[in-house]
Amino acid sequence: MRPLGTMQRYALAALSLPVWLFLYGSLDAAARFVVYGLLRLEGAGRFAEALFFFVYEVPKVLMLLTLVVFAVGIVRTYFSPERTRAALEGKPLFIGNVMAAALGIVTPFCSCSAIPLFLGFVEAGIPLGVTFSFLIAAPMINEVAVVLLLGLFGWETALLYVSMGLVIAVSSGWFIGRLRMERYVEEWVYAVRTTHAAAEEAVPSFSERLDRGRESVKEVVGKVWPYIVLGIAVGAGVHGYVPENFMAGIMGKDVWWSVPLSVLIGVPMYSNAAGIIPVVQALLGKGAALGTALAFMMSVIGLSLPEMIILKKVLKTRLIALFAGVVAAGIVIVGYIFNAVY
Amino acid sequence: MNIKVLGSGCANCKTLERRTLEALDALQLTAEVEKVTEYADIASYGVMRTPGLVLDGRVVVQGHVPTVEKIKELILSPRNGS
Repeated sequence: MRPLGTMQRYALAALSLPVWLFLYGSLDAAARFVVYGLLRLEGAGRFAEALFFFVYEVPKVLMLLTLVVFAVGIVRTYFSPERTRAALEGKPLFIGNVMAAALGIVTPFCSCSAIPLFLGFVEAGIPLGVTFSFLIAAPMINEVAVVLLLGLFGWETALLYVSMGLVIAVSSGWFIGRLRMERYVEEWVYAVRTTHAAAEEAVPSFSERLDRGRESVKEVVGKVWPYIVLGIAVGAGVHGYVPENFMAGIMGKDVWWSVPLSVLIGVPMYSNAAGIIPVVQALLGKGAALGTALAFMMSVIGLSLPEMIILKKVLKTRLIALFAGVVAAGIVIVGYIFNAVY
Repeated sequence: MNIKVLGSGCANCKTLERRTLEALDALQLTAEVEKVTEYADIASYGVMRTPGLVLDGRVVVQGHVPTVEKIKELILSPRNGS
């Protein structure tokens, strides 16, 4: 195939949005047709319900994810850790924490870059607490989690998750900053110096930004789709077969220990947002409380064992333990507040 | 030409290395492709996002994996003088 010209590619990109909207709008009817029309499962009760949930939610979430990841991929070409670092330099503690947490959402980040980013921040003299606000917000508030919350829980819960994530990132970073933990950073970190000429990447053209968006769709959607399918399959099973109020005794509002227990189980669990959110959504329908569910999701997504092991290269154990402890405590508090309010 | 791939061994770093070798193959050039995996060494290039591609001491790519075509362009770019 002959490569398309720039104008043709813009036209293609512009045309795909109405196509996307049309397909998205017909998902409900299509799923109904497959389950009740094609397979004639009308009276089959539970199984039909579970199957409908699966057939409807999987394409819905995948389509939402594709659109959002594409858009975020483009937006992120306007941000870089270098610019974020420059913006944070010389900012006072609290304002620095707020900015770091907010920039953590939009700055391109993957856990494999956590160490180079940490080193770059330290070298620029950005306070440890501000750096932590960034490192907490970046993995916790990611586009995959937000899309799944948006698709399965609705925008209110998605907004709630994002704002609570920000509050936790800001306050935990601020708290760690106040404790003056600089001596618990490995000594070699302070010796790192940029000795080569600074990176000079050409400003990408808009067509290159589109390419970057497409690359991130390939990378992110290509990686998480099996988890989404699996997560929604388990969720569908829970929807159809687990009795109502089954979770009330374990993750319900009135069980005071459920929030800390969920966080305790959630921290060492390493699953991406794609696998865990559909399951938690299903549990919510079975009597689990929203605060407990949110706390569980946040601890699974925001705090992970592999990340701690990576950070061990630059932080001494005491600081890692403090970091995990402070964030976990923040998540527990948020969980209690939500259970109390809702 | 001296080529370095910066990265601690994540999947993207391996892809970048593979594509760089493919680009060299396609251009029928021979150059040493060196892997830089130590964090302190990666940081010395001022790179905060892996993977990174360094051509003759200049960071030309960071934080994403360009296509083989793009890498060929970068290698042939007159600023890299090869």
